[in-house]
Amino acid sequence: MGMTLTQKILASHAGLEKVTAGELINAKLDIVLGNDITTPVAINEFEKNGFKEVFDKDKIAIVLDHFVPNKDIKAAEQSKKCREFSCRNCISHFYDVGKMGIEHALLPEQGVVTAGDLIIGADSHTCTYGALGAFSTGVGSTDMAAGMATGYGWFKVPSAIKFNLSGKLPQNTSGKDVILTIIGKIGVDGALYKSMEFFGDGIKNLSMDDRLCICNMAIEAGAKNGIFPVDDITLEYMKGRTERPPVIYEADDDAIYDEIIDIDLSKITPTVSCPHLPENTKDADELNSIKIDQVVIGSCTNGRMEDMEAAYKVLSGKKIADGVRCIIIPATMDIYRECIERGYVTAFIDAGVVVSTPTCGPCLGGYMGILAEGERCIATTNRNFVGRMGHPKSEVYLSSPLTAAASAVKGYITSFKSE
Amino acid sequence: MKAEGKVFKYGDNVDTDVIIPARYLNTSDAKELSTHCMEDIDAEFVNKVSKGDIMVAGWNFGCGSSREHAPLVIKESGIGCVIAKSFARIFYRNAINIGLAILECEEAAEEIKTGDKVSVDFNTGVITNHTICKSYKAGAFPEFIQNIIKKGGLLASIDAGTR
Repeated sequence: MGMTLTQKILASHAGLEKVTAGELINAKLDIVLGNDITTPVAINEFEKNGFKEVFDKDKIAIVLDHFVPNKDIKAAEQSKKCREFSCRNCISHFYDVGKMGIEHALLPEQGVVTAGDLIIGADSHTCTYGALGAFSTGVGSTDMAAGMATGYGWFKVPSAIKFNLSGKLPQNTSGKDVILTIIGKIGVDGALYKSMEFFGDGIKNLSMDDRLCICNMAIEAGAKNGIFPVDDITLEYMKGRTERPPVIYEADDDAIYDEIIDIDLSKITPTVSCPHLPENTKDADELNSIKIDQVVIGSCTNGRMEDMEAAYKVLSGKKIADGVRCIIIPATMDIYRECIERGYVTAFIDAGVVVSTPTCGPCLGGYMGILAEGERCIATTNRNFVGRMGHPKSEVYLSSPLTAAASAVKGYITSFKSE
Repeated sequence: MKAEGKVFKYGDNVDTDVIIPARYLNTSDAKELSTHCMEDIDAEFVNKVSKGDIMVAGWNFGCGSSREHAPLVIKESGIGCVIAKSFARIFYRNAINIGLAILECEEAAEEIKTGDKVSVDFNTGVITNHTICKSYKAGAFPEFIQNIIKKGGLLASIDAGTR
């Protein structure tokens, strides 16, 4: 009986020939990540338990991204705590305002994470890096503290669902529509405790940005991780970028899967998750009667360059509908600069959009676009829970950047139709 | 070890945003945060909860964010144990790591109602609903996890030599 791609990475990091689903292992960590919300709790635990120094200053990444530039005094105190801890411990991957980006866009872009890594992050969307062929999973602050202290973490080896992707996506869809469709199919706990492993001929038709977006939302199906095998597209992306050489693992031919699900990419349609769970999916064009007050394009799910390109494709030369606020947030400083250099920011402003520096802000209802009672937003973010973006009686619809931008122009939910 | 109290019952997919909304996460002070526990789905929770009370829910409790603030505020509010049909995986880890008692038991989570008087014996995994005089048995934790719980959380369980 063979091992899945995830199990191969876990076995190797645990120093074991073989692992099986359900086994508890202690494994070596390549990167331990935290942000300005979760790191202060980890620092408290780290210090309270008498740890003096981190296991390796080069294997810890601390990114201030949720509430920066700081939204209030308390948020500023939390950032200060992260800054001082990073300085005291000479953390080499500390990203402050001016250098920061949304963590899950930033770390792959800057080459901090690479294929074959085992990564834990005190942020649930840490599963994003599976797009690079790494095992990467979200944990809590105490796990982060233990990881920083010892360089090891405990894991229950997951079983896996294999997604066999075929075909090519239609023009008005993207990786976001793929993952929303999958979550709609299997539910928000459809992959609970499991790996979501993506294979098949269709993956060669998915860009890195598509793959990062798909793995990003694996957690919204309850999964432990999402992962793609390394191919030429991954290698090309990592070339000259990653700090450490990639290590390529492959699933065994006789690996056991709990389930195999076939997805024909050519059948994917522009998809929207309705309140208040990501599994409540509908075709965008079934929702044409839903008027919107706000549009957010950004986040760790969809703030990358291809997402900005999609927004530009729709919004260039157009106007945001009356009564709609549209906020675009490039996810990293490099993407922000690129948007300026390509003239996207000017086009966005001409369309009536506000363009922010990188932040997680509105996605989690922190700041930079909070909804009032009864307001409705279509967002390229990842969660639409009660109160997620503001008032408990506000509503969030999740979509791709193309759908969100097209909706911004119309003032109601609609798919993008090229003219 | 035991917990005994009245029950607060919720449905499936109780997410970390309703357990502790992110708008309050500009602090890591558990006491301050706990004044907002469950606010968006049960505004009265913080006024009604007493030490030792039991929270009961359906499938996938604690889904969403990795914020450890979620199990922390539940613990800080006085809840002695959370019983659910299943837990989201990061919440499950976090609860164990910080020493919040959790039990998976489908039958108990189905039958127990808001306001019932329930006790939980952590040594045996037996859940007793005194209101209807019925007992249930929850599955035991693996030994590795029991060890973390016994030592008082993940960090306390790490060998002192590394400090």
